[in-house]
Amino acid sequence: MTAARYIYIWIALLVLTAITVTMADLNIGRVGIIVVLVIASTKSILVLLEFMHLRSEKRLLLKLLVPIAIATLAIFIGLTYTDILTR
Amino acid sequence: MESEAREHKVFSRVGMWLFLLSEILIFGGLFLVYAMYRAKHPVDFHAASGELSRFDGTLNTAILLTSSLTAVLAIYSLQVLNKARRAAWYLVATIGFGFAFLVVKAFEWAAKFQHGLYPRAAEMATRPNGEILYFGLYFTMTGLHALHVIIGMVVLAVLLSWVIRKKATQQNSAALENAGLYWHLVDIIWIFLFPLFYLIS
Repeated sequence: MTAARYIYIWIALLVLTAITVTMADLNIGRVGIIVVLVIASTKSILVLLEFMHLRSEKRLLLKLLVPIAIATLAIFIGLTYTDILTR
Repeated sequence: MESEAREHKVFSRVGMWLFLLSEILIFGGLFLVYAMYRAKHPVDFHAASGELSRFDGTLNTAILLTSSLTAVLAIYSLQVLNKARRAAWYLVATIGFGFAFLVVKAFEWAAKFQHGLYPRAAEMATRPNGEILYFGLYFTMTGLHALHVIIGMVVLAVLLSWVIRKKATQQNSAALENAGLYWHLVDIIWIFLFPLFYLIS
């Protein structure tokens, strides 16, 4: 890991932010929210892997913690949606 | 002794990540509430989002992303380069960016209050239910996030004093690393708050 790599990641994060702000003006409706969430997730993964050093993490337990959190949230959100949508 | 110290470092990191997990679930619950109410009131959420300043939101996103860069460079300076002075300056920059974020946030909130857009305001009562819910969530979620920024700044300030007093060093950098993890998590939460509140109009 070098300082230059951190700066590249930072530039990538800013570029992704610029893309998502520009996209918002295009008004592409329902697809928009999916694109916005994909970009936000990509930015988060960059921060997790590079800034929070999960990429170079050797312990399996720590590598798995975030996927576990995301899976838990996905179950919460998924089950709540099925409840709301079938009422 | 050596391996014991290393074990200690790993455990402290595991503990920090478990704490971050609980933070993810706290905000996750709020995002769930947001998703449900937005599904129920898509038009109102759309209209209310137009009241927010997209410029302020974008500016704050850039500020917070940059603060994450300076935070990680502070850790890098201490852990890899063993340059305590440089690490200290990067921490000062990180705290400064955190403060800048809060200043922008304060101006934004002040503008909302001026327009009567806050919970239980007279103006709010004239709005449709979905907009009331939107602003309720806006203040709750950005408020809780701002509280996290303040806590992060306090933690970083403590670490700054440790670096200066040689309490946090190249050999003993676990605390600084954990403080960095917390700061990055606060950044990640904002990465989701920003598009969901500012970019849906």
